[in-house]
Amino acid sequence: MTALMSKKIVGIAPMNRNKMIMSFIAEKTQALILPLVGICCFMLLWSFTASSIDTSLGKFPGPSAVATQVVNLIDEHNAERNKEDAFYIRQDQRNEMRQAKDPSYQAKVRAYTGKETFLDQIVTSVVTVLSGFLLAAVIAIPLGIAIGLSKNLNTAINPIIQIFKPVSPLAWLPLVTMVVSAVYVSPEPMFAKSFITSLITVTLCSIWPMVINTSFGVVSMNQDWVNVSQVLSLPKLVHIQKIVLPASIPAIFTGMRMSLGIAWMVLIAAEMLAQNPGLGKFVWDEFQNGSSQSLSRIMTAVFVIGLIGYLLDLAMLQLQRALSWDKSSAQR
Amino acid sequence: MFQATLKNEYKKLCLTVLTGLCLSGSLLTASLQATELGYPEKEELKFGFIKLTDMAPIAIAYEKGFFEDEGLYVTIESQANWKVLLDGVIDGRLDGAHMLAGQPIAATIGYGTKAEIITPFSMDLNGNAITVSNEIWKQMKVNIPKQADGRPVHPIKADALKPVVEKYLDEGKPFNMGMVFPVSTHNYELRYWLAAGDIHPGFYAPHKGDTSGKINAQVLLSVTPPPQMPATMEAGTIYGYCVGEPWNQQAVFKGIGVPVVTDYEIWKNNPEKVFGITKAFAEKYPNTTIRLTRALIRAAKWLDENNNANRPEAVKILSQSNYVGADYDVIANSMTGTFEYEKGDVRSVPDFNVFFRYNATYPYYSDAIWYLTQMRRWGQISDDMPDSWYKDIAAKVYRPDIYMAAAQSLVDDKILSKNDFSDLVGEDGFRAPQKHFIDNIVYDGTQPNAYINKFKIGLKTGDKL
Repeated sequence: MTALMSKKIVGIAPMNRNKMIMSFIAEKTQALILPLVGICCFMLLWSFTASSIDTSLGKFPGPSAVATQVVNLIDEHNAERNKEDAFYIRQDQRNEMRQAKDPSYQAKVRAYTGKETFLDQIVTSVVTVLSGFLLAAVIAIPLGIAIGLSKNLNTAINPIIQIFKPVSPLAWLPLVTMVVSAVYVSPEPMFAKSFITSLITVTLCSIWPMVINTSFGVVSMNQDWVNVSQVLSLPKLVHIQKIVLPASIPAIFTGMRMSLGIAWMVLIAAEMLAQNPGLGKFVWDEFQNGSSQSLSRIMTAVFVIGLIGYLLDLAMLQLQRALSWDKSSAQR
Repeated sequence: MFQATLKNEYKKLCLTVLTGLCLSGSLLTASLQATELGYPEKEELKFGFIKLTDMAPIAIAYEKGFFEDEGLYVTIESQANWKVLLDGVIDGRLDGAHMLAGQPIAATIGYGTKAEIITPFSMDLNGNAITVSNEIWKQMKVNIPKQADGRPVHPIKADALKPVVEKYLDEGKPFNMGMVFPVSTHNYELRYWLAAGDIHPGFYAPHKGDTSGKINAQVLLSVTPPPQMPATMEAGTIYGYCVGEPWNQQAVFKGIGVPVVTDYEIWKNNPEKVFGITKAFAEKYPNTTIRLTRALIRAAKWLDENNNANRPEAVKILSQSNYVGADYDVIANSMTGTFEYEKGDVRSVPDFNVFFRYNATYPYYSDAIWYLTQMRRWGQISDDMPDSWYKDIAAKVYRPDIYMAAAQSLVDDKILSKNDFSDLVGEDGFRAPQKHFIDNIVYDGTQPNAYINKFKIGLKTGDKL
């Protein structure tokens, strides 16, 4: 940063230089202080409002209740890990004893059967959303490019996209569940059915923004570049690789960021509805438990969901910055 | 005297040592008995449950290591509602589940999803109650006779509710109540209680495609998943409900309603949940089936042992968020032998939750037949059926043979004693005629048709809607 600064201010009169440094510092402190002020105000408002809302499960959780739950949830996670270790030790002993009796027995190590902790649920949700999203990207980007390149294809597929785009993927969920349980049958499945269901639901919702944005990026390509490609009479694949793809990268990324945001929101709802493992199930289970801690645990989950959504978006932004030539599209 | 105590102590010691040996080395015991009971064919199992205290045998069998002693690695997963749970067992997502007694029966006769589900293990007796909202309670209370100390006389009959229902109907307002599933114990108990108080809960007519159960109804019953009952009543969608614990005590704690009657008072020691598996599962994995039954029997025994001495520990386990998850105090209220009706009116109901006493775990044919009689009474079974049909269906679904095989092998392995099952020697599967119903009608499982004809409200022989 300082290197950048000094580079920028080389050759500027000293007085102006001081002024610039001052304004730079002011800008940075603003960037630090203002969010802090915002968060503080929010905390105050939150704890004040929370203490005045009475539900049948007690007071609405304030910041301190959430902080307590964060500690609780981490403790529970550690306790569960200890139980898991004990489980494996018991299992080993049992296997050894059985092998001693019956040498032909092929001992098999079975996965821990205990509950998923909050941290496990977070990992499950993140893995699901990313896999669903990647699958969607693999389908949507080539499709978007094809649609962008061929006007006929666009005319043919557009109505279908327009009809499916506004459908909430949650409406698909029952169909997906039934189809997955009917089609995905194997004695030793590599993935759980619930994972496949969540994944397909996520894919279904994140495909459309990506298809639409990609095709838009391809259509609005700079005509000069297309002309260059024509003059050089590049083969179709090289044309896509050297001209179309680089040209539409900014639009593709815009679509991907939108998709990922939607995918994360949908996944939580889908997990809630289908009781598939993940943060959504955590929230629903706590709601059903109706214990005095439920609300503060749900509130904790709300923050974690928000935080992860934010981090996912940030990660996409970094990726976009690294890959896209059009830096201006990756500013916000 | 002293000698007797000593002998007792010695006996206890022996038992403890034996149980200890069996616990630590069940494989050893199992291999000694290898000719009788082999290793489980399927070791990794997934069981479903609904957040209710009567899922306790499954949680205890897991937490106390009874499943692991049998070489079973069980994952326990809560389900959204009874329909999802049943579908899970039918399509194989779940290997077995905590089920409403009516579910395997209804599935077998094809009411709802048709599937062959059997039960080798009955999970508990009693454990439900009917709760009404504060508003309804206020109007009902004036109709209830008082004891000397000013508290209402129990059991409270639906006679006290009748004027309230009539008032609502006169004003043109529907009187809605909730139960958990069309073939749930709760549906039949709520109907039984209402009908005993001369309130018509409505008929089903599946042959005409009417499965809402509201024909001629004075009280409209609808389905709500158990954990959502208190919230639904609080929202005013229903005025009362029949559900298992802890959702009645939850209403008291939240101050949104008053439990008026327990199912113990409607029908003393009525059978409640069962453990359901598919017939295909039992045939494909016979050792696994017996072994899981063994684990569940041991869990049930543990729950009732020494006069409910283990209940506080059980409550602690159940209050974990992955099991029932309600607060310790809420669950403890009913699980430890007391029941709080109106706020502060705590009465002793030692048999509110029975898991092992009174042969609670044995799958009686007569219990299955009672559910069938109620299905016929309210029209879920459209046509008259001969007594023999009731017996045949019961024998298809309830499998005391598996239960007895499990019990016998537990005795052989000296894990449980012969005395634990002493009442079951030569059992024919029919309980002696049962008298303790709120309307004093006697139930004899060998004569279902005669029983159906005794009710004032309900379909009788020859009736068809």
